[in-house]
Amino acid sequence: MEKPNDSLKYLFQQEFSKMVAVISKLFGLEHIELAEDIVSETFLLATESWKVKGIPKNPTAWLYVVAKQKTLQYFRRNKIFEEKVLPELGLRQEKDNEIPELNFSAQNIRDSQIQMLFAICTPVIASEAQIGLALRILCGFGIEEIAEAFLSNKETINKRLFRAKEKLRTEKVQMELPAKNEIVNRLDNVLHIIYLLFSEGYYSKTQNQILRKDLCLEALRLGLLLAAYEKTNLPKTNALIALMCFHASRFNARQSGENTMVLYEQQNEELWDNDLINQGIHFLNNSVQGNEISSYHLEAKIAYWHCFKEDTQEKWEDILQLYNELLLINYSPSVALNRTFALYKANGQQEALAEAEKLKLVNNHFYFILLGELYKNIDNQKAKCNFQTAYKLAKTLTEKEEIQHKIDRLG
Amino acid sequence: MKDFMLLFRQPSYNYDTLPQQEMQILTKKWQDWVGGIAAQGKLVSNGPQRLTQEGKVLRAGGIITDGPFVEIRERLGSFIVVKADNLDEATTLAHGCPALDAGGSVEIRPVFI
Repeated sequence: MEKPNDSLKYLFQQEFSKMVAVISKLFGLEHIELAEDIVSETFLLATESWKVKGIPKNPTAWLYVVAKQKTLQYFRRNKIFEEKVLPELGLRQEKDNEIPELNFSAQNIRDSQIQMLFAICTPVIASEAQIGLALRILCGFGIEEIAEAFLSNKETINKRLFRAKEKLRTEKVQMELPAKNEIVNRLDNVLHIIYLLFSEGYYSKTQNQILRKDLCLEALRLGLLLAAYEKTNLPKTNALIALMCFHASRFNARQSGENTMVLYEQQNEELWDNDLINQGIHFLNNSVQGNEISSYHLEAKIAYWHCFKEDTQEKWEDILQLYNELLLINYSPSVALNRTFALYKANGQQEALAEAEKLKLVNNHFYFILLGELYKNIDNQKAKCNFQTAYKLAKTLTEKEEIQHKIDRLG
Repeated sequence: MKDFMLLFRQPSYNYDTLPQQEMQILTKKWQDWVGGIAAQGKLVSNGPQRLTQEGKVLRAGGIITDGPFVEIRERLGSFIVVKADNLDEATTLAHGCPALDAGGSVEIRPVFI
């Protein structure tokens, strides 16, 4: 964020989403494109004007003033149309012609963004499109960035966003918080989208490290937005934030050079972000109120344990139980694999090997890596066979190299 | 894949007097075993953690007795539902159940859908 270009981009990302939320709230969600147009024009004017006159002292205030003027212009033009043109056509409808005032107070921005978040995460839109819309409208990402994040192209993303906005219109989705008794259910979907957004960044296949980091930080920001609001500041919201903080704390340690992933065991702990770890602990503590244990709780607790590198019996037993519980809430092959690894650490190689053999995840190269590790020193020939299968199934060169290394070390 | 109910019976399910540490070890055994089935993606329902000690039995003629357990050797302690291709596979899944270590049994019953 140090370079002026970065700060301008940052300003854009921050303010674009706030302004679109506030203006959409005023116009109604069916005119979201109008709001986007007004804000885009504002930024266009900003770049042109700032290039000549320099960046104003308070760029944010500058943007708000211009956006207000442009909104006013829109209403005036609309008024002329309604008062002068429509009567000529004999189509004039009775309408409230009061020109409303745009309110860019911190409170209204926050409220509008939360309402926008709930509106976008409506079940009528497919989740992939929800993430796209969230990236565009709430995080201020450009179409190209979204395309890169999804490993797609601009046309596809444009079409997808267009259809999603159509859906908002036709389904008459309102920018408002759901009723009190519905908020908990709807919040589940909102949290899920934030979780997916974070995963998109954290497990992203894009080579663009800045983009991946931005995705994660935006997901974290949306989570914090929910935590700042009493009705959505529930234990599971806090658990999700804790989970994101713990994972994000290892960001700098996971990457070396351009695109080499550093495995957990080999990470330099000094690169872990202690502030984020502490922030995570704070939210984890907040998350333990109430009776519900969500998958975010369990995942956050597991991620918490991974903030300590030392292997203790207590640590791995606890992790194993957390994975046991997580499997009961939602099974996935990767949870099954991680659970078996924890079983190995807690209960030993033999027991884990027997369990691993039952999993039969035959298309998953991580499965064969795990089997290879578990056969090591028990049956090195079988260990080798499993590593070789993993090698064949692995998709990236980095992974293949890592597996070859394991084969070589077997001798 | 069909659903099968695994019913756990043991001579005693009264853990009230068990020292906390032993209770933890026992709980871990059960959780690891159920976790192993869940890891294979074959757990349908975890059922209740444990059925409580008290209960009533109603018989014809309005006869109500306390506890169904007095005349039988093994008490029904809990159950889970798993999915498997056939009864044999479901029976294989039941192996390693901690109820067996406690002198109990697992009854495997296909669920009629």
